[in-house]
Amino acid sequence: MTSLLGYLGGEDGRNILSGLVNTCVLWVVGTLLGTVLGFLTAVARRYGPRPIDWLLKACVEVIRGTPFLVQAYLLYFGGPYLCLELGGASACLTLDPFEAGILGLTIYAGAYFSELFRAGFDAIPRGHIEAATTVGLDRWQTLRRIILPEMTMLVLPAMVNMSILLLKETAVLSIISVKELKFQVDIIGNRDYAFVEAFTILALVYWALVELCGRAGRYAEARLSRYRFAHS
Amino acid sequence: MSTVPAIRVRGLVKRFGDVEVLSGIDLDAPRGEVTCLIGPSGSGKSTLLRCIALLEEATDGFIEIDGEPLGFGLGPNGERMRLPQASVRQVRAKIGMVFQQFNLWPHMTALGNVAEALVTVHGMPRAAANAKAMAELDKVGLAARAEHYPSELSGGQQQRVAIARALALEPRIMLFDEPTSSLDPELTGEVLSVMRGLADSGMTMLVVTHEIGFAASVASKIVFLDHGKLLVEGAPGTVFGKPRHPRIEQFLDTYLDRGAAGLL
Repeated sequence: MTSLLGYLGGEDGRNILSGLVNTCVLWVVGTLLGTVLGFLTAVARRYGPRPIDWLLKACVEVIRGTPFLVQAYLLYFGGPYLCLELGGASACLTLDPFEAGILGLTIYAGAYFSELFRAGFDAIPRGHIEAATTVGLDRWQTLRRIILPEMTMLVLPAMVNMSILLLKETAVLSIISVKELKFQVDIIGNRDYAFVEAFTILALVYWALVELCGRAGRYAEARLSRYRFAHS
Repeated sequence: MSTVPAIRVRGLVKRFGDVEVLSGIDLDAPRGEVTCLIGPSGSGKSTLLRCIALLEEATDGFIEIDGEPLGFGLGPNGERMRLPQASVRQVRAKIGMVFQQFNLWPHMTALGNVAEALVTVHGMPRAAANAKAMAELDKVGLAARAEHYPSELSGGQQQRVAIARALALEPRIMLFDEPTSSLDPELTGEVLSVMRGLADSGMTMLVVTHEIGFAASVASKIVFLDHGKLLVEGAPGTVFGKPRHPRIEQFLDTYLDRGAAGLL
């Protein structure tokens, strides 16, 4: 136990803290951008032309059908081979590990969130949208004022769950050398051959973050619970 | 006042795929009066109402509101053509709609539900919209419940909020699609009494209902639909009085069993 606490001070402690900060940034930014991407994807699939729906559906299937580890690896190491030639100039998808981590997490989260939102759209009673139509709300106003808030309260529990999964997926990014929590802890483990101590710290920190997220989620749900559907 | 009816329907046809739900309906709803649409389930009465609310697009035929074409009009060569969105909005604004399932928005309070379109569609400042919404809620006896969410209201209260939501926009015509069908008898009474008050104030109303007692006592005109056709129309005394059309006789039998005999 003393050796475990020993890692929390000095140089190691600072490294663990900076890893924690990076993990949180990856998690929060990836979740937020993923939410936006997922929402746009769901809207495009619902309101856009048929081919867009098919294309996005295929993307979602691929992302959901492959491990995040593989996606992160392909994005980071394969990105530089993805080049776009435009009038003599060429741009390649060369990213530093952190950028690749954010982008990968956003795409991964976006695929899952888009499915959540799609189910959320379908769960809104048709009559609520018809009521909006009869009082004169146009499509955009209906989306903004009725569909979006109703969907949010429907999918919130599932979103909290998904963001907890995303937090734990950030650990995968250590394989493309993103300096997040797991990466820092690996260094200590390798140096001192103290994997049990190091990974115990790792487990406790992730668990604490998940608890925090779960509590925030329950608080938000409690705030929203009075909006629950009056009938059905 | 002109003699143009508030709602005029001519030759209305609605098909869902191969199924013809309405087969050429002609209907006039007089201004300032209550017209009740009755008929067995599947007779097309709700579909007719939904066509008039433009929630369904009729396959053929025309609807006029206060003499103005709704949704479709006549083109230069006499063909049926879709009217521009601006015209649809303008004519639709004359119509208020009340649903069987109330359809209040669950994330807004009673007040929020009533004020929503005033702010979002008509650009009224929030304070003015709330004041107007409060006045409308007061009219349906729910001013004290203004800050409650739909989930905190009874079915009857929700339906009265829904009526206030429609009335806040000052429609010329109110459409009711089985407004009491999902309420128990006690709650039905409070909604019908609000509707009676509205009728007494001279609102033009078109009501799809199974409340034969309400239809007989409040409506000036009863329209009986059967299999997508208008079978009988007239004053309640004529439609419900004897001798009755055999189809109506058969339809009413089911109600007489339930104690409505005394009302006719």
